[in-house]
Amino acid sequence: MSSGVELDHITVKFGNFTAVKDATLDIKSGEFFSFLGPSGCGKTTILRTVSGFLDPSSGVVRIGGEDMAGIGPNKRPTALIFQNLALFPLMTVSENITYGLRVRGADKAARMKRADELLELIALPDQGKKLVSELSGGQKQRVAIARALAVEPKVLLLDEPLSALDLKLRQHMRNELREIQKRVGITFIYITHDQGEALTMSDRVAVMSDGEILQISDGKTIYDSPATSFVASFVGENNPMPGTITKAGKTGAVLKTAFGELRGANPHGLKVGDKAILFVRPESISLGKGAADATITSQILNVAFEGNVSHIFMKGAGKKELSVTVGRHGGAEIPAKGAKAAVSYDPGYAVVLPEGKMARE
Amino acid sequence: MSRFIVFLLPLAVIAGFWLLSRQESKLAHDPTHKSFFQRNGAVLGIVFIALVTFWMLFLVVMPYLYMVQESFHPRLPPMKRGGPEDFLTIQQYKSFFVEPSSGNWNTLHLRAFFFSILTSVFVTAVNFAICYPLAYYMAQAGTIQKVRLLMLCLIVPYWVNEILRAFSLRLLLASKGLINQTLMGIGIIDTPIDFLGTNMGLYVGLSYAYLLIMVFPLYNAIESLDKNQIEAARDLGAPWWKIHRDVVIPYAKPGIASGCTMVFMLSAGSLAAPQFLGGPSTLWFTSIVYDFFFQAFNWPRGAAYAFILLTACIIFVLAILKLFKVSLGETIR
Ligand SMILES: Nc1ncnc2c1ncn2[C@@H]1O[C@H](COP(=O)(O)OP(=O)(O)OP(=O)(O)O)[C@@H](O)[C@H]1O
Ligand SMILES: [Mg+2]
Repeated sequence: MSSGVELDHITVKFGNFTAVKDATLDIKSGEFFSFLGPSGCGKTTILRTVSGFLDPSSGVVRIGGEDMAGIGPNKRPTALIFQNLALFPLMTVSENITYGLRVRGADKAARMKRADELLELIALPDQGKKLVSELSGGQKQRVAIARALAVEPKVLLLDEPLSALDLKLRQHMRNELREIQKRVGITFIYITHDQGEALTMSDRVAVMSDGEILQISDGKTIYDSPATSFVASFVGENNPMPGTITKAGKTGAVLKTAFGELRGANPHGLKVGDKAILFVRPESISLGKGAADATITSQILNVAFEGNVSHIFMKGAGKKELSVTVGRHGGAEIPAKGAKAAVSYDPGYAVVLPEGKMARE
Repeated sequence: MSRFIVFLLPLAVIAGFWLLSRQESKLAHDPTHKSFFQRNGAVLGIVFIALVTFWMLFLVVMPYLYMVQESFHPRLPPMKRGGPEDFLTIQQYKSFFVEPSSGNWNTLHLRAFFFSILTSVFVTAVNFAICYPLAYYMAQAGTIQKVRLLMLCLIVPYWVNEILRAFSLRLLLASKGLINQTLMGIGIIDTPIDFLGTNMGLYVGLSYAYLLIMVFPLYNAIESLDKNQIEAARDLGAPWWKIHRDVVIPYAKPGIASGCTMVFMLSAGSLAAPQFLGGPSTLWFTSIVYDFFFQAFNWPRGAAYAFILLTACIIFVLAILKLFKVSLGETIR
């Protein structure tokens, strides 16, 4: 039984406004797939299209190879976990969990049995008689998951299910979700605007902006080799240094920036004269001089000590400060505030990308 | 003498208000809280209390109390009141069940009573059946512009007064009225349908009269329901009618109870619609009460009948609320 989800050139419009532009992707059966993007970029819209609450303006949704056009949300093999959970407040925990079975006509004994199994799975045994209002935030979260799993969907769709929880609980629930996914083995499609969540949990991530899918890859690739300037600036911390390419080759390109000529990888094969941006991550920069085309000299504005690491903020190329993260035992002494200092990076970990939209800070 | 006991009650009410104001200042643990009199000053405070008291007493409490005591007296010409023939009696209430002159069951009035109650139940049910889909549409399904238009269409007819509305319905439904003329004109029927004689007009008129009173509590209740809950139920596989049965109606129950209660009460106590739209042989209970007051000048019996209706309605409503497990407090939320 395959339960992959295929989006084939999906476009969703609201009137004149295009919320999703030509999205094509192939989610494998049993994959934990995330959509990552800023608020309003069309993540919920994609999810609602997969679950059947929205019809795409054009394109085809296939689940398990089957075209879903004309099949309503109550007939699709998907279950959706809403951004606000949408548990039924007038039903008990068990009644919530087994509602999907009830409307399918399962008898009471079967429902009770399934409720007990699922309560076990979500580590809330013997809490079935409680009302939803008597549960904590994290418990409600788990009940919502159990309610969706009860109908044995092929695909579980999760719309920022952890956004309402506090940080500690959120981190705990991340692990728990991943655990549950491994145990039940079905496809999870997960939506978030929290990159940490996407990178830690997912097999693959699709980064979105303004209705467009910019990159689909595993977390490490997205972090190390962002496809566009938006991805580079949205996922993780990054130091953008705009400029014009002066040298370009297979191994990399050299860019004339406000800090002089700097080198980085050139995955797009940009040519001399192209406007581009060099991205270097703060943790790829270390104190001290390096190669001439990988050394930046600037004034130290501020140093923030954070226990295991220290963040050094230097005068940047534009408005944005240049941020450098050094480890506790990073060798060299951190110069005093106000002093000029030289820092350098490994050009293999810096990337030159065509000029384009950046994520808002 | 007993006639004047009722005038002692205002004093009790004043005492009640005074106790309430004492209680209020006692309950104010909050140090920044000022008592009623500190906030308004003694003069204004007294004026407020006096005005509210006056309103409650003379416009609400006293007329009712007067009616209650009236219903426990025999019918007497004014001169004989307070005289030896004036005594406390339940004969007015008895006369509802047993005709005083003949000693037989008072079938005419009993029948009118049950007809009024049953018709009101029916009207309430019809009203609910019409208003629930309407309220659901307005609260959850419709676009803002369409909902506004619909609301306007619902409200505007109520700017016309009740009697005019009842009359215009009569014009529509009469044997030579618009509907019969049209139906005959296009050849669906040969002889006019007697809408009014068969009480059709009465049912339509009553249902129409209280449409708004049903729509708005339902609308309010359904409107606050999170759309995601409806979608969650749908996503879990529920067909539309199960969504209503399991999610929307349980949630809207207080609104349903409040709408149904009001429509039932108002319909059982209505006067204009039954008078203008009822058939010739139809006797509505409030018409009997009306006649006792203004035709027969038998205030005691009229008052007794009115209280019988009131008590019956209250008991009926409380029983229904109990049956559907809604508390009285919820209906006025
Ligand atoms: N029913 C609708 N009618 C018109 N526009 C809509 C509708 N639903 C969504 N949109 C628009 O589509 C865009 C994408 O919305 P969507 O809800 O998919 O965003 P999102 O990525 O889920 O954002 P968030 O992270 O804030 O939940 C938004 O600009 C929104 O205004
Ligand atoms: Mg969203």
